[in-house]
Amino acid sequence: MSEAMTNSNDTKFVVYTRAFIGLLQRDFRVLTREIVPFLIRIAMNPLLFLFVFTFVMPHMTGGSSMSPTAGMAAAGGGGFGTVLLPGLMAVAIMFSGIAAVALPLAQEFGVTREIDDRVMCPLPIGAVAIEKIVFSAIQSIFAAAVVFPLAYYIPSTPVLAHVPSWWFFIAVLVLASLLAGALGLTIGTFVQPKQIGLIFGVVIMPITFLGCVYYPWAALSSIKWLQIGVLINPIVYITEGLRAALTPTIGHMPDATILAMLLFFFVLLTLMGLRGFANRVIS
Amino acid sequence: MSESIVEILGLRKVYAGKNPVTAVDGIDLHVPSGLIYGLLGPNGAGKTTTISIATTRAIPTAGSVKIAGIDVVAHPALARCVIGVVPQYNTLDRSCTVFENIYFHCRYFGMTKQAAAQRTAQLLDQFRLSDRAAAYPQALSGGLAQRLQIARAIAHHPKVLFLDEPSAGLDPQSRIAMWDAVQALRGEGITVVLTTHYMEEADAICDRVAIIDHGKILIEDSPTALKASVGGDIIYDLRMHGVRDSGLLEKKLALIDGVTRVEVIEGGLRVLARAQDGLLAKVVTKANEYGLRDVTTTEPSLETVFIRLTGRDLRE
Repeated sequence: MSEAMTNSNDTKFVVYTRAFIGLLQRDFRVLTREIVPFLIRIAMNPLLFLFVFTFVMPHMTGGSSMSPTAGMAAAGGGGFGTVLLPGLMAVAIMFSGIAAVALPLAQEFGVTREIDDRVMCPLPIGAVAIEKIVFSAIQSIFAAAVVFPLAYYIPSTPVLAHVPSWWFFIAVLVLASLLAGALGLTIGTFVQPKQIGLIFGVVIMPITFLGCVYYPWAALSSIKWLQIGVLINPIVYITEGLRAALTPTIGHMPDATILAMLLFFFVLLTLMGLRGFANRVIS
Repeated sequence: MSESIVEILGLRKVYAGKNPVTAVDGIDLHVPSGLIYGLLGPNGAGKTTTISIATTRAIPTAGSVKIAGIDVVAHPALARCVIGVVPQYNTLDRSCTVFENIYFHCRYFGMTKQAAAQRTAQLLDQFRLSDRAAAYPQALSGGLAQRLQIARAIAHHPKVLFLDEPSAGLDPQSRIAMWDAVQALRGEGITVVLTTHYMEEADAICDRVAIIDHGKILIEDSPTALKASVGGDIIYDLRMHGVRDSGLLEKKLALIDGVTRVEVIEGGLRVLARAQDGLLAKVVTKANEYGLRDVTTTEPSLETVFIRLTGRDLRE
């Protein structure tokens, strides 16, 4: 049967790997062509957020008192910028997952059915979905890397960032990025293509605002029901993980809990996403 | 007959739901290697479902499909190495150029960069798309997009190419260009399986045709043999003023030498006959006595065959 392939001695694994690499190369090619829109997409939110909340407002008369976590941040050392650095990186990671997987999938499932072309590649259907998660994770890491200098240099008060453990930081970053891709896959396969616009209001806004992005989780202790309620939000573990890895002076969850929960949500969302993907492409 | 490259046995597909739909209801099919094979039938007959199962995009309820000896249900990823697919709708990669659409397809199927670029250039040339290499699929006309889809589908040298309704939405000129492109594939040893609800298409390019309706194959043969099965090589449709005494006329016409059958159709009679000189004159003279209004002469088509088998028009 193998005349169709380049080498008749190729094992299944070799055939699958080549197809997987081919898919990644295609995605890189498309991304490099759209690099400017990509950069604008990931930089605009943190840029404006930091500019207004950590640069403009502190310069207003009494503006610093408007800063929502001024007292809290001062207690832990560092300004609102220190709280925002991991938070905005988390948002960039999460949003890259949505933009790199969920939105294109909605289009491919809906209008164009382009996905059928990718699904006809010589590798298991699940691997096509995994490729999307992997490529999305690469974009998320890149997005986080773009946000870091912005969040570090824009705030008018110095940001207290240091990395106690690079291993922990890398583990959090990689797991968080994979989780974001899996979240994008789950959303992209479960939401009807014509309703994809709704996910901004129904999913992205709630998980961002209730994702401990603009305040550390420990600070919710005064509203106990909310502090417990937000634990079902996977974004919480991304922000707390980056907080623990980058700005440890601000109170955060235990490291082991963070890694365990990131892994748990990554596996859960990947399984859900793979199932949704298979349901969508195979009848 | 040479060995079968596509073997379909007892294929069934029931779409579950509140009202389960049986799309394919026990299909057996053997497609000999090297042919252009047509599945002809009306919309909803089960053609697309059959092709979807054969191309690993649907799971059958029962039965099996083997392509070049590979069970497509058990080994979908490997089966995809030996098939090429052009679905009904345009699945070209909108983010990639015409060149990249073929190039990355080659890469997915394991070609080296150099081999992929070479194969792409060769296919663009073969399908007369070279001057559009840098264009994006959105900028292509329906006919060009379809040619690109075929070029891409055969880029990895598949053994079987599946075309689902290849001429749907094409203008007549593009359709003929597509037919030429498909027929040129014979030279490359690719077996083609296509679905269509255009009988002219099945007649024009297929070596063998299976007529399919309500998920079952009704008959399977070469287009010539199917048309011959109608029982005559010429058809006269007689339109009458009213249908008085049509029973009597029917009997009289049947007695004319060369006439093989006479049947009642809406507004008149249909005469099936072996073509011979003077036959039309005899039929017309006889029918005139009973108020002949108009006569049309046609040759049997696959449409006639379909109507004969189902009592319905293909377009219904």
